[in-house]
Amino acid sequence: MNHEEIVVKDFPILQNRKIVYLDSGATTQKPVQVLNSIDKFYKNYNANPHRGAYSLSIEATEEYENTRTKIAQFINAKNREEIIFTKNATEGFNLIAYSYGMEKLSKDDEIVISIMEHHSNLVPWQKVSKITGAKLNYMYINDEFELSDEEIESKITDKTKIVGITHVSNVLGTINNVEKIIKYAHKKGAIVVVDASQSIPHMKIDVQKLDADFLVFSGHKMLAPLGIGVLYGKKELLNEMTPFLMGGDMIEYVYEQDTTFAPLPNKFEAGTQNVEGVIGLGAAIDYIEDLGYENIKKLEDEVVSYAREKLLELDFLTLYMTPNTDNHSSVISFNIKGVHPHDVASILDSNGVCVRSGNHCAQPLMRFLGVDSTCRASFYFYNSKDDVDKLVNALKKAFEMFKKYIG
Amino acid sequence: MGDLEDVYNELIMEHSMNSYNKKNLENADFCELGHNPNCGDEITLEVKLNGDIIEDMAFNGHGCAISQASTSIMIDTLKGKTVEEAKEIVKTFIEMIKRETTNEDDLKKLEDAIAFKNISHMPARVKCALLAWHTIEGILNKERK
Repeated sequence: MNHEEIVVKDFPILQNRKIVYLDSGATTQKPVQVLNSIDKFYKNYNANPHRGAYSLSIEATEEYENTRTKIAQFINAKNREEIIFTKNATEGFNLIAYSYGMEKLSKDDEIVISIMEHHSNLVPWQKVSKITGAKLNYMYINDEFELSDEEIESKITDKTKIVGITHVSNVLGTINNVEKIIKYAHKKGAIVVVDASQSIPHMKIDVQKLDADFLVFSGHKMLAPLGIGVLYGKKELLNEMTPFLMGGDMIEYVYEQDTTFAPLPNKFEAGTQNVEGVIGLGAAIDYIEDLGYENIKKLEDEVVSYAREKLLELDFLTLYMTPNTDNHSSVISFNIKGVHPHDVASILDSNGVCVRSGNHCAQPLMRFLGVDSTCRASFYFYNSKDDVDKLVNALKKAFEMFKKYIG
Repeated sequence: MGDLEDVYNELIMEHSMNSYNKKNLENADFCELGHNPNCGDEITLEVKLNGDIIEDMAFNGHGCAISQASTSIMIDTLKGKTVEEAKEIVKTFIEMIKRETTNEDDLKKLEDAIAFKNISHMPARVKCALLAWHTIEGILNKERK
């Protein structure tokens, strides 16, 4: 199957809008299979799960809980109760920060995160640091936009209790060796929170092989609808944590002054859940498994390596990307030298090319790189070499427009 | 492409890249920072009044071509005007960008700043065009108090 066939068969929006969509790092487009699964749910099973004794509600509960099992298998979690549904990755990080970080950390402890973290795996740790007095330290990247072993080993110390690390940077596309970081952190007695938002759409995640303590991702970056996310946590950690949000369905017995809480996973799923999101996420996982990560990689490698090559040829660009292609995913950040990325993005947009421009929810990284913002093209398996050509042509046009004014 | 070429025209490009208004004022009466946290654009506006007249203005900062040119052209437009006239022009500019007015006679008051009219068709860039104008609005309202 090639890119064009995939688009024609499964992605109506890309056909209908005749656009070059290079912002899958922000959110992917959704295949018809995902859209149909939601339609089917509302036409056949819609009821509030865990609530009714009637068969419709029981069927809705089954659909919801079966997806939990599917996700557990998908990321190779040992137990299905280790999968907690959230509204997005941000909620997952906040849950860990509040229910683990706030409870466990104190003044002499340290939290270590990388400078390439998305605000969602950064701002919650600032809050934990401010409340508990624990120190927040950063691992910085080298000239190749990667974390060196020396940097990792000098920052994670015996005082470190929590390490937050993104598997793939949403700005640089750098793939971090999380398995190695986790091994080292464990040796030092720290637990590790992995942000898999930018990796799970592209590569197989095995939480047991990684030995991740917590791992978080959102559905909408991997073909699923907006508003659904997943938190994986080791059962023994989740069990000892206090609930994050209080309310319906996360309880066991409620008295006037006291409450006992439900066991996992319900303890962390307060209130009526986003069932259509869960169903859609299940369909998205089916889609990824049917296509297969190997094919996804093959389709993406062809296009991303072509994009790297073509963009490197444009000497008016600055690229923020590691030269080690094995450590690089499908996100490419760039700037036209002397031209503001918002102007570039507007000109690309008028040529039908959608890229993101801005700080990509990574202001500390931007500051570290010495820029206010960048343009970012992020690819998925439905993109083609033709999309790259259109991007390159639009970039040439933008440069032509600005050339004579650039000082 | 039509709107875009209108927006990135000679006048706007010249002002955005090599503005003579980008400098420091000595003895400014007002100095105000305007910023768009979403895109990192930042400008500092300096205003010097002579009685009721805006005698001089200048800016410093960084940002996209639209925000920089809009600031520079605004300075050209408002210099020499009274505070009341300036308020009226600022109001008209904001209304033009938000597509709340298309009255040709009103728009004439904007002089060169009318070059930004087509920004009203580019919602993603409205904030860029308005940055300086909202900043001066803050200064002018302060002046009244």
